[in-house]
This record gives sequence, structure tokens and C-alpha cells, in this order.
Amino acid sequence: MTTTDGLATPSGTARPAAGVSSELRRRRRRADNLRGWLYCLPFLAAFVLFLIWPTIYGFWMSLTGTSLAGTKTGFVGLENYAEAFSDPYVWSSLLNTVWFTVLSAVPLVIVALVLAVLVNIGLPGQWFWRLSFFMPFLLASTVASQFWVWMYNPQLGLINTVLGWFGITGPAWLQDPNLAMISVVVMTVWWTVGFNFLLYLTALQNIPDHLYEAASLDGAGRWRRLISITLPQLAPTTVLVLVLQMLASLKVFDQIYQMTAGGPGGDTRPILLYVYEVGFTGYRLGYASAISYIFFFLIIIVSIGYMVISSRRSVKS
Amino acid sequence: MTAAADPITSARPDGAVPTARTAGPQGRRRRKADPFRILAFVILAALALAWLVPVGWAILTSVKTEAEAAAMPVTLIPDNGFTLSAYAETLSEGKVPRWAWNSLFTSTLVTAITVVISALAGYALSRMQFTGRRLIVTLTVASIMIPGQILIVPLFRLMLSLNLVDTYWGIILPQVVAAPMVFILMKFFDQIPKELEEAALMDGASRLRILWSIIVPLSRPILGAVAIFVFIGAWNNFLWPFIVINDANLMTLPVGLQTVISAYGIQYAQNMAQAVLAALPLIVVFLFFQRQIIKGISTTGIAGT
Repeated sequence: MTTTDGLATPSGTARPAAGVSSELRRRRRRADNLRGWLYCLPFLAAFVLFLIWPTIYGFWMSLTGTSLAGTKTGFVGLENYAEAFSDPYVWSSLLNTVWFTVLSAVPLVIVALVLAVLVNIGLPGQWFWRLSFFMPFLLASTVASQFWVWMYNPQLGLINTVLGWFGITGPAWLQDPNLAMISVVVMTVWWTVGFNFLLYLTALQNIPDHLYEAASLDGAGRWRRLISITLPQLAPTTVLVLVLQMLASLKVFDQIYQMTAGGPGGDTRPILLYVYEVGFTGYRLGYASAISYIFFFLIIIVSIGYMVISSRRSVKS
Repeated sequence: MTAAADPITSARPDGAVPTARTAGPQGRRRRKADPFRILAFVILAALALAWLVPVGWAILTSVKTEAEAAAMPVTLIPDNGFTLSAYAETLSEGKVPRWAWNSLFTSTLVTAITVVISALAGYALSRMQFTGRRLIVTLTVASIMIPGQILIVPLFRLMLSLNLVDTYWGIILPQVVAAPMVFILMKFFDQIPKELEEAALMDGASRLRILWSIIVPLSRPILGAVAIFVFIGAWNNFLWPFIVINDANLMTLPVGLQTVISAYGIQYAQNMAQAVLAALPLIVVFLFFQRQIIKGISTTGIAGT
């Protein structure tokens, strides 16, 4: 192939006569009409079959009494939704989900910011810092949960062992109704903060140096530069990280299922775990779909809220 | 999402994604040890150690005997020295190697298929004018808002009717739909100057040929980033394989591990050995490709979550 030579020549050197080019271009456009669809076809097929269709089908199911056990009750209208709104477990698991989101999103943003600012100072051992803080993010949820179930083990875990050295009898972290949620949150911060940390690190490195140089000339110290340059420059990143984190936290399932199975007494059960229980242990697929869609509605509200905020920001600037 | 596009468009066709510089602006001026830097170092070291403790504790337990792992009071250094017996037993008796293979096989296929179909679609959406193009772009971007987790119920029904429950394809197929990746690739291709292709089109080269011999070589960094992101996601995916697989021989590593834990919860040393073994592959890969992975996550991650 000679076409790769085109890479070496500066763009635009091979400009053909206008007439030939427009004729060719017209012919190509006609061919592209078909070819465009052809190239998109493999993706579109999967997209429609495994994303669009289940989204529509799931909504349809939420209006039926479909059950995995085989009984088909057919169309029931909004009955599932009415039942969901009067189901105390829907409310308690929605509340748990929101509570988990509030408890986890704030530290996941702040800790990530602190870690990124500290690493960005440029101390020796860069690869080690990154490895330490980012590595947990590469662990499967099962592995991370396993590590922490063992840390939290009331008799044999490291946390209570260390507390024991100081004469303190540690609690049963994951079994105590007052501590289970916070214990799951601590594990979640440890496990996923690396992702936000990386986003912040990239943003920090994109702050132009001349801002700091100008501030230094004006006699601004480290703290001053952090407050009046770094943090304001990171504001858009913070909004982005916070929203992505809220969306991720609302979708919590894995680590809670693995560490507490929603216990004790349903105190840590998030909405997705309730969907799983209703659908796959209770076999009520229709009702599970209805709860899924209530959750979907929550996600859409957060996403739209973000879009409104970010478009208002871009109008302002 | 509008703002999500910023870091993506900042990736240029030459692959010069804003990279990790070692020295931050604050540290570059004075290299000598000053109290501030020492204090920052101490804090950072303490935090890094805290982050490594759960992993260290798991490794420590995994090299004890079962009796010692369950002994009270807990000892940090086992009296009878270290042993690899938990690993030996895990590898000889358990299904961990089998699950690791299942994970590798399904994640590799998910990655390969996703990259190919997303690149084809991304290229068409970037370079070809065709009826319905805008509709596809709009639908693709809008679909990023749909949380995959709400689809487990209808998707499971679909898999039942396609006879794909308890099969590799059942794990793989729903995971190859990566709307954010199509969007990222489209944006990236948009920035490659069209002139590069004009000459080849004049010579009568086919679109596929151009994609393969002009676009792909120029897009290697972004394709690599997409592949890394998709692979890590597939390797660690728990919920979907957990729903669609019941046969212990077809389970992926995260799912298999979970079933073992619920079955024999009391073998602490073996549980930790299994968890460490399951963690090992990605950590080794990370140590070798640290820079590429960090770059990949920070370019694709924002649209990908």
C-alpha cells in the first residue's frame, strides 16, 4: 500500500482538481449512505438487542405480573408501582441507598482530592504512591470484600486485634446495626478512591504553570497558591467527580451483597439488592422491574440535575 | 453529558494525552529538604501504608496454616513459620485455575469484540454522511445514562429465550455494548485530519482499507486505552456473570470466589490465598503497564462510568 505515505506528507499537498474531486465526492457520499449503516451494524445489533430492547421490555414487564416460576398474570397496569410505593422495604432500601451515597460520595471526593494534591507535590516515590492508592481499584469486588470481611472479623480481624492491644474490645463491625453501613463505606472508600484520585491528578497536571509562577512573583505562599489557584482551577473537575461518584454510589450492589448480604436486619440493603431479592429469590420479575424503574427515575434526576448545573456553568463562563 | 467531553477531546490524534509528570508545580522550585516537604512525605507515607494494610494482612494470613489463621490470640508472625500450603491446596483442589481461565477467555473476547465493533461504528459516525447518523449518535449518547444494573431482569429473560443462560456467550454478549467507547472513538477520529485519507480515496482504496492502514495506526493509544478499560471492567464484573451463570465450571473468578466463600466460610487461610491469587493477574499487569493503564483510565474513564 502506498497510501500510508500520505502520513509523511504535510496535510493538503495532494489536492486534486476541483471538478474530479466533487464528482468523486458525490459518488462516495451515495456509497457512504449504505456503508455507514453497514459499519454501524455490528454495534447497532448488540446495542438494540442487549440495551434498547431490555430497557423497553423491562418497562413492559413492570406493567405485568410476570414471574420466573412460570405463572403469567399478564397486564396489570400500574399495580406493581402502587405496590412498590406502599412496600416498606422499597422505602427502607431506597433510604439506605441514598444514605450510602451521601456517606460515601463526600469522603470519596475529599480523600481523592487530598491524596492527589499530596502526590502532585512531586515527592520521590511517585510510582509507589500511585500503586498504593490506585491498586485497590483494580481488585474485583469479591476480592476487596474478602479482604475487608477479614479485617472486620470480630475475633480474628486485624482491626479488633489492634484495638485489643490497647485494651479495647472491638465491636462486630459488620453485624452491628449502627456500624455496618459505616464499615461498608470505609471499605468502599479504600476500594474505589483510586479512580477519583487519578481524575484529580490529571486535572492538577493540566493547571498551567504560569498561574503558579505569577502568584509566586506576587509573593503568594504554598497555602495561598493552593487556596486561590489550585482549588478554583479544580472546581469543574470536582463537580464532575462528585456527580460521577453519586451515580456510582447509587448503583451500589457488589460489596454490600458480599459483605453483609444487606444485613443486619436489612439495615444495609440497597435498592438494587432488593431488586435482586424480589426478582431472583422471590421470582417476581414484574415487580422487580417496577422497582428497577423507580430506581432508574432517581438516576435520571441526578443526571439531568448535573446537566442543568454544567450548562449553566458554561453559559456563565 | 457535555462536560464529560472535555478530557476526551484533549486527547490528540498523536496520542499525546496529558501525561503524568513527576514533579508538580509546587515542588519544582526548591528541591532541598524543607520542613513542608518532609511533613508532606510523612503524611503521604502513612496514608500509603494504611492503604496497603488490608492487602498485607490478607497475604500474611494466606501464608499461615489454617490452625494458626484461626488461633486466638492473633499473632502477626506465625510461631511455626510461613507455609504455602493454603496456596497448594487452593490450586490442587479448588476451581480457581478453571475460573481464572473462564475470566481470561470471556474478558478477552469481550474486549476484542467491543474494540472492533466500537471502532467500526465510531469510524462510520465520524467520517460518513448517511441518513440516520444523527439519530444513532443521539441514541448512543443518551443511552449512557441507562444503568446496566436495571436491565438484569429483562436481560435474564432474554438470555433464557435465547438459550444463553449458563454459557460463555451469555456472559460475553451483553458486555460488548459500550456506548461511551463508541462516543470516545468517534470524537477521536473526528480530530484526525481528513486530508490523510483523501489521497488514499483518490487511489481508490476502500474505506475498510483506510480504516485499517491509516486510522488504526494513528489511533493506537486510544484503542489501547479503550481495550484496557473494557478488559478491567469485564475481568472484575460481578453482577451479570453472577446472574447468568449457575454452573460452577463456567463461573468467572469473582463469581466463583463468592460461592466458595459462602460454602466454606471457615477456611481463612485458603480464602485469603484464593483472594490473593485472584488479585494477582491484574496487579502484575498493572506493574508492567502502569503508565498506559493510568493514561487509559484517565482518558476513557470519565465517559465510561
